Amino acid sequence: MTLLYIVAFLLLCIALNQLFKVVELSRDLKTEKEWRPRESDNRLNGRLMLIFMVAFMWFFVWQIYRFGGDRILPVSASEHGVKIDWLLNINYAIIIVVFVITSIFLFFFAWKYYGRDNHRATFYHHNNKLEMLWTVIPAIGLAFIIVFGLKYWNEIMARDNDPNPVKVELYVKQFDWTARYAGTDNKFGIDDYMQINGSNPVGLDTNDVACNDDILVKNEFHIPKGREVVFQFRSRDVIHSAYMPHFRAQMNCVPGQVTAFRFKPTITTAEMRKDPQVMRNINEINAIRTKRGEEAIEFDYVLLCNKICGASHYNMQMKIVVDEPKDYEAWIAKQAKFRAPKGAEEKKTAENIKK
Amino acid sequence: MGNNSHSGTLEHNHKVDDHAHAHDHHDHHETFVSKYVFSMDHKVISRQFLVTAVIMAVIAMIMSVIFRMQLAWPGEKFAFIEAIMGRRWGKDGLLDPNAYLALVTIHGTIMVFFVLTGGLSGTFSNLLIPYQIGARDMASGFLNMLSYWFFLTSSVIMVSSLFIEDGAASGGWTIYPPLSALPEAMPGSKLGMTLWLISMSLFIVSSLLGGLNYIITILNLRTKGMKMTRMPLTIWAFFITAVLGVLSFPVLLSCALLLIFDRSMGTSFYLSDIYIGGRPMEQAGGSPILFEHLFWFLGHPEVYIVLLPALGITSEIISTNSRKPIFGYRAMIGSMLAIGFLSFIVWGHHMYMTGMNPFLGSVFVFTTLLIAIPSAVKAFNYITTLWKGNIQYTPAMLFSIGLVSSFITGGVTGIILADSTLDITIHDTYFVVAHFHIVMGLSAIFGMFAGVYHWFPKMFLRMMNKKLGYLHFWITLIGAYGVFFPMHFLGMSGVPRRYYTNSNFPMFDNLIDINELVTGFAILAAFAQVIFLINFFYSMFRGEKAPQNPWNSNTLEWTTPMAHIHGNWPGALPVVHRWAYDYSKPGHEKDFVPQTVPLGPDEHDGGEH
Repeated sequence: MTLLYIVAFLLLCIALNQLFKVVELSRDLKTEKEWRPRESDNRLNGRLMLIFMVAFMWFFVWQIYRFGGDRILPVSASEHGVKIDWLLNINYAIIIVVFVITSIFLFFFAWKYYGRDNHRATFYHHNNKLEMLWTVIPAIGLAFIIVFGLKYWNEIMARDNDPNPVKVELYVKQFDWTARYAGTDNKFGIDDYMQINGSNPVGLDTNDVACNDDILVKNEFHIPKGREVVFQFRSRDVIHSAYMPHFRAQMNCVPGQVTAFRFKPTITTAEMRKDPQVMRNINEINAIRTKRGEEAIEFDYVLLCNKICGASHYNMQMKIVVDEPKDYEAWIAKQAKFRAPKGAEEKKTAENIKK
Repeated sequence: MGNNSHSGTLEHNHKVDDHAHAHDHHDHHETFVSKYVFSMDHKVISRQFLVTAVIMAVIAMIMSVIFRMQLAWPGEKFAFIEAIMGRRWGKDGLLDPNAYLALVTIHGTIMVFFVLTGGLSGTFSNLLIPYQIGARDMASGFLNMLSYWFFLTSSVIMVSSLFIEDGAASGGWTIYPPLSALPEAMPGSKLGMTLWLISMSLFIVSSLLGGLNYIITILNLRTKGMKMTRMPLTIWAFFITAVLGVLSFPVLLSCALLLIFDRSMGTSFYLSDIYIGGRPMEQAGGSPILFEHLFWFLGHPEVYIVLLPALGITSEIISTNSRKPIFGYRAMIGSMLAIGFLSFIVWGHHMYMTGMNPFLGSVFVFTTLLIAIPSAVKAFNYITTLWKGNIQYTPAMLFSIGLVSSFITGGVTGIILADSTLDITIHDTYFVVAHFHIVMGLSAIFGMFAGVYHWFPKMFLRMMNKKLGYLHFWITLIGAYGVFFPMHFLGMSGVPRRYYTNSNFPMFDNLIDINELVTGFAILAAFAQVIFLINFFYSMFRGEKAPQNPWNSNTLEWTTPMAHIHGNWPGALPVVHRWAYDYSKPGHEKDFVPQTVPLGPDEHDGGEH
């Protein structure tokens, strides 16, 4: 079989060689140089430029219609996310206008001025006014983008003013998440990676009594609607990134460092499930799943890993549930508290030890 | 390879006339090895870079097809994946998740560094700097030769890392520690990562040797009359690129060295508070964020190291083939200088989500968005150059227009990503993948194709086939946009990068058709490159013989004879009297006036009236 392939390949090479020889012989007979673009070539490529422009714009609009409707992230489920979306939409509008206009100019000129025989181009090498114009206009547009971008950035990243926020720590390792709640004292116990073991999976400092009411949960975590949630992020091994796309929230989890992000959820999971866009999208997903023989799903908020972290990077998820505040309180009350090893409670608080 | 054979190359241009005669008779015996292997001639080195880069590009492209197949049809078995990846990484035709990450990593590394940095700058800076400024060769032929051999060695090491037991480096081309520092974190961080670091260190040496040579040559070896303000934009682009490389690559080297120390000597520059492999590590006090700062201090200028040569090449080609002067020559230089300068103070926009101080983030928002202004000027100037031109559609011209298009399409999405507020939601999603592939990947590779088609006659003394070139361009353009445009929508749906499969998240289930579409176009675009390869290698040996100035161009390289002679010009070096863009100038019979034609009475040079 292998021999057959080799013979076939050799025969193909010989055939191609003969073909090339014929082409080369005929090429030498022509006076017109084969490589030089003729007017007909220029016209053809000029027209193709115009056709491409139309096709390209059609493709763009088709994608917006096909991929840009119900599939893209639904309405933001956090307070600040609404602002991000507003700014994002304005930016999209600006760049789409710029993209469409400049692309049309480019391809239109590429067609309009295709090379004709016995025609001479216009010697036109610079125009200060024109150049000033297209320096200043982008500058003004960008000033607007910068000002609004920074205004929102400062608002979103500002320190938390809420005196009593919900504190959640997302602790990550290859390849799963653990959520930690600060408990009744709303204060996280100090962590110490040297103390990590089977019964102390997130490395809490068992000398610190503030740890004892901390709550650790896996697989899913709940947050209440309408209250400020302050997240802190820690990583045990490599850099991960906590990405909560429905809340327009993201922050890297860096070993040796605590990072933070805060947002206020505004839409509960139950409410989001009734959002028309979400329902249409979930129906589309379920149609595909049913066809594949998989079970139908309901909409859920998710936490994903968004920084390459190893072989199972693609499968690090945790369900996020946004509850009404009273449901959240009921849920949190049912969760088991972190149990420090015996005797730890009698020890002094970590603050005293570290002093 | 006697010393006297190279003495002329180092002479200052004003003195060359006296010695010109010596250059006529270069019949001292060069062996095959000294002429084609360990050559110090810029023309040979340029071709060595090009052929190496083409081979690397083919490898990286095949990788992309394999991981695109995985993304479009996860769980599907393809016999050819097992055939290529072997039983270890492609058992039963299924791609291993670690192998997927290795492919993504090495694809990125090869494309960014080996094809678009080494390949693009190495080929065209080497070919065009001496030719277009009227020099006999590079300032140092020996360093130039070393530059290529370091490049080849690093290429060989990078490719060989694909064949080791634990697989190649697989932490992404940005190799963020601790993932890349800890062998326990993934198999690719074992020997594969070591080889990656060795290879990149050698690559940096190559890049620095090349870059220093380019700068010195441009500054010192310009021929008589070749003022800086008369230099073709290609040379300006290569010059600024080389400066960027010389200033930023050493930082990458230190970045890599510290990582090597962390990996093998127990230091903790980047490591702190880590518990892995069932035990806490003793390293403490380091910061992975330090790595990111060092990496992106190179990494962002790197984007322009990739892009500027392509922009320079297209400036030249668009002007020549529009038969018009480039619009706003000085503005083009100014915008390249501005881009070059700004590229050093924007690196933090890759790090908005690292937990970096938000105030620092806002500074980087400001500087990053400023880059849009010179970029916009460049795009508008290209479009105005086409206006009222007489466009000659060579394949090079097609690719140049393709570059302007991708520069616009990919550039505008940069405005979104530069904005830290918006980056919160699209950071590290496919939106980013779409953005940088279009603006950097496509633009640079289109520029490289344009350069190959345009200067092929200078490199190989033969012409490439025009019709195959047309076919190659149109399929590539359609394929490229078909691949990268839909990725924006994946990003807007929240799909993260570097996922082996999206099927573990039911919320992405209905996006599979986008991935299928993308992969379909990727396969189409890959086949288009076969057309290019056939045209390239066929024309190299059997293409039509090239005339001296096939494109009726003004620049000096077309005044050299159609033979590869040592010292480029037999006899005296040409003397330059005007800028390179006198196309269709009124008062001249032909629509081009080479730079060597003296100014007529009352005739002004360049844009000066």
